[in-house]
Amino acid sequence: MSRRIRSYHEVGPAGETIPEQVAAQRERLAQRLAAVGSIVVIASGKGGVGKSALTANLAAVLSARGLRIGALDSDLNGPSLARMLGVVGARLAAGSDGIVPPTGAGGARVVSMELFQNAPDAPLRWRGPETDSWVWSNVLETGTLRELLSDVAWGKLDVLLVDVAPGTDRIARLLELVPDPAALLLVSTPSEMARRVVARSLRLVREARLRRIGLVENMIAWSCPACGARTELYERAGPSLEADGVERWCEIPFDPRLARSTDEGNPFVLAYPEAPAARAVGALAERLCAELSLSTDGA
Amino acid sequence: MKFLCLSCDQVMAFEERQIPGDGTLAVVFRCPGCGREMAMLTNPYETNLVSGLGVKIGGRTVPEQPMELLRSTLDGGRPDVFAEAEHGEAERGNARTLAWSPTALERLDRVPSFVRGMVKRIYADWARERGIAELTPEIMDQARTDLGLEGM
Repeated sequence: MSRRIRSYHEVGPAGETIPEQVAAQRERLAQRLAAVGSIVVIASGKGGVGKSALTANLAAVLSARGLRIGALDSDLNGPSLARMLGVVGARLAAGSDGIVPPTGAGGARVVSMELFQNAPDAPLRWRGPETDSWVWSNVLETGTLRELLSDVAWGKLDVLLVDVAPGTDRIARLLELVPDPAALLLVSTPSEMARRVVARSLRLVREARLRRIGLVENMIAWSCPACGARTELYERAGPSLEADGVERWCEIPFDPRLARSTDEGNPFVLAYPEAPAARAVGALAERLCAELSLSTDGA
Repeated sequence: MKFLCLSCDQVMAFEERQIPGDGTLAVVFRCPGCGREMAMLTNPYETNLVSGLGVKIGGRTVPEQPMELLRSTLDGGRPDVFAEAEHGEAERGNARTLAWSPTALERLDRVPSFVRGMVKRIYADWARERGIAELTPEIMDQARTDLGLEGM
């Protein structure tokens, strides 16, 4: 007859403090985020739909309206926000309260993995065994993301924008750290492939019962600057996300200057404020402010 | 994780932690009933898995440093990213002089510059708390084990 060994929960404490250490991490994260008025997540599930460019431009336009904005690039493997907001190469003061984030174009405070890496084209690598890093790297990346949220001295913010990496799993991971964001912007393009992936993400965030979900459809059409003729970039296909109950908050037309300007660290909304795409981002900012009851200085 | 002494049916208590410096970890547990000791030896994968949680088996003797996990595990970190990398707050705020032996400084130089400032501050704080006047490699070994500074 096999002997019965008491289970983990049946035996008393082991004098080990790991549960307390994990609780302390959670507490530190909660305290840090308590100073943030609203957390807005910018996600998609699909890559290449313009999440980071939208985040950078939204950060710039909200900052220009007098709000205290933080922008966190949670895409550890493909960071871009530091470049888009012009803070690549910035040094970070490391105080006891945390790392002081640099201020980017427009006035938003920015943190991105790109700030910490030596070579801009280097893939993200961790110190450890050279093979089979999948065994531990996911845990390390989640821990790093936790630190980017909790160990940055963001100061008092009206809004913290969090740009999420492609992959529905990345959205789920972020929501475990930030379970109740004030709003989530789901970014898609009209392409069938993008809509199918975003539909998956929508299902995930619906199950998480988020308070506000707004659909942002990006790169919908291009208008000829000479004759004004409008050309749809994609044939609208795939599942209708609105039919699934998500409200469309914004449509952003394609403008080749947006990518160029943003890549140069000069947010498009500041460089070309009258362009239709900039106006669309401005309208999205207004919608966001209204949803979150944020008052701006009217600038 | 708990270790149960099957002879006494008691949970074994944490006794000590050793970090050999080869990416592995040795943690000793002792049965409060019969005194039997056992060592848990982790391979480098398991060590990194624990590190990724941002916890120290056996507890912390210094509070978690800001961005400690990223700074201690990122490969290819930007050497000049931290503005106060070489002069920590505790070091600046404490007038008592702490000397570093030449061999200790050599060893410190081998720590990636990205994380060196934080490591130097942690070692210095640990030494000052114990009234140590000079840091040597031997004392660094002791501190590393005591503090659980894997890979530092």
